[in-house]
Amino acid sequence: MSHSFQQKEFRPAAEGANTPSEKPDFIKVSNYNFWYGSSQVLFDLNIDMPKQRVTAFIGPSGCGKSTLLRNINRMNDLIDGIRHEGDVTIDGHSIYDPLLEVISLRKRIGMVFQKSNPFPKSIYENIVYSLRVAGRNKKSELDEVVERSLKGAALWDEVKDRLSESAFGLSGGQMQRLCIARAIANRPEILLMDEPCSALDPIATGKIEELIHELKKEYTIVIVTHNMQQAARVSDRTAFFYLGKLIEYDETDTIFMNPKKDQTEAYVSGRFG
Amino acid sequence: MERYFHKELEAIRSKLVFMGEQANQVAGLAIEGFLESDLEKTQSALKMDDQIDELEVEIDRDAVRYIALRSPVSSDVRLIFVAIKASHDLERSGDEAHSIAKNTRSILTRQGKVLEPVRIEEMSRLAFAMLRDALTSFLEEDLELAKGIIQRDKEVDRLNKENFRLLSRGMSGENREASTQIETIFISKSIERIADHAKNLAEEVIYLMTGE
Repeated sequence: MSHSFQQKEFRPAAEGANTPSEKPDFIKVSNYNFWYGSSQVLFDLNIDMPKQRVTAFIGPSGCGKSTLLRNINRMNDLIDGIRHEGDVTIDGHSIYDPLLEVISLRKRIGMVFQKSNPFPKSIYENIVYSLRVAGRNKKSELDEVVERSLKGAALWDEVKDRLSESAFGLSGGQMQRLCIARAIANRPEILLMDEPCSALDPIATGKIEELIHELKKEYTIVIVTHNMQQAARVSDRTAFFYLGKLIEYDETDTIFMNPKKDQTEAYVSGRFG
Repeated sequence: MERYFHKELEAIRSKLVFMGEQANQVAGLAIEGFLESDLEKTQSALKMDDQIDELEVEIDRDAVRYIALRSPVSSDVRLIFVAIKASHDLERSGDEAHSIAKNTRSILTRQGKVLEPVRIEEMSRLAFAMLRDALTSFLEEDLELAKGIIQRDKEVDRLNKENFRLLSRGMSGENREASTQIETIFISKSIERIADHAKNLAEEVIYLMTGE
């Protein structure tokens, strides 16, 4: 008599989309304070972000998460009266090194904004813009970059037959993926994303999230999002900020399932405020 | 659009099926130990309970994680809910198999052989077929198969009562036969409980598929 099913040889294991951060730290924020004029907006931050992982910054408006994100590639340098203390390093090198050219720093970092911002040019020219500015005009190289970048942004199949058409003819979700393709054209090491899905519908949002999941195999990603479910879905680590202070930073599983601080618990469970 | 985290849902489903296979296997081993007076099979069944318990803990943990991180809705949230309930039924089914093996070990230690199997074989065949079919209905999303299982529980209940009647007849005092008869009644009851858990599983499959 046999009562049992045929025994399978494998024992299924949970395949987590959020992967533990066993990768080495790549971006380190140390004892970091930041001021707009006399107003201090970031207070004594210490965060180590692992290589080729997704780190999410969450927190209510005005908590400083976008300010910190923009400081990683020194975008706030353009604002009068700013000042900082402490340091931010990428792969061990300070972004504030006086010998460092800011342009070379930004070549290592791609940026994607809340609202897609394609140039008033063709799809092709949007991708190769930064290469042309750098004087790289060899067609075979540009073609290769366009194909690689669009494939990397999961957009190639949708636009390969209309590369010479205006980027403004794309849908909102496609435009945002075009901006991601443009951001990775120079093969950066880091992608900074500032609420990249807040203007998109759920389907386009899903595509961008899938893309983030793929891109982290190659890039270190930092994402600012107001959508806590999105942070839970896409990130490996999550940092919760409030009033310019880092309240808690941990594995995303911990932040959303068993945070250590009451403020974090209140925020992720919607009881804040 | 298939999302990357849907693989986690599939992993939970696979774990539940794997747990069902384990529950089925331990029940089969336990009852074979009884029917064949095989102490080795009985001992093997006793050792399997921990694995099933661990799977229940894993499934519960994965399910809670999925709810917290993936915000499931519709059939996905029903699957998570069913996974938590079904894994509990399978864990309890494993406990009953463990109980069968413990009572069998007691009988075999006392008298070396099962002398009065009453209608245990027929009953276990029906109960374990229910359990197997409940798992198949889950795996193949077979609503009709699941609905059919619920009716089959009555025959197992009837056989359990029949066993009780046969075994309690002439039972008196504290003697070796009475002890064996009581343990066999417990075994019969455990099989009946396994069928109940199979019925619960079938009801959970119906809920998963229809939302009712």
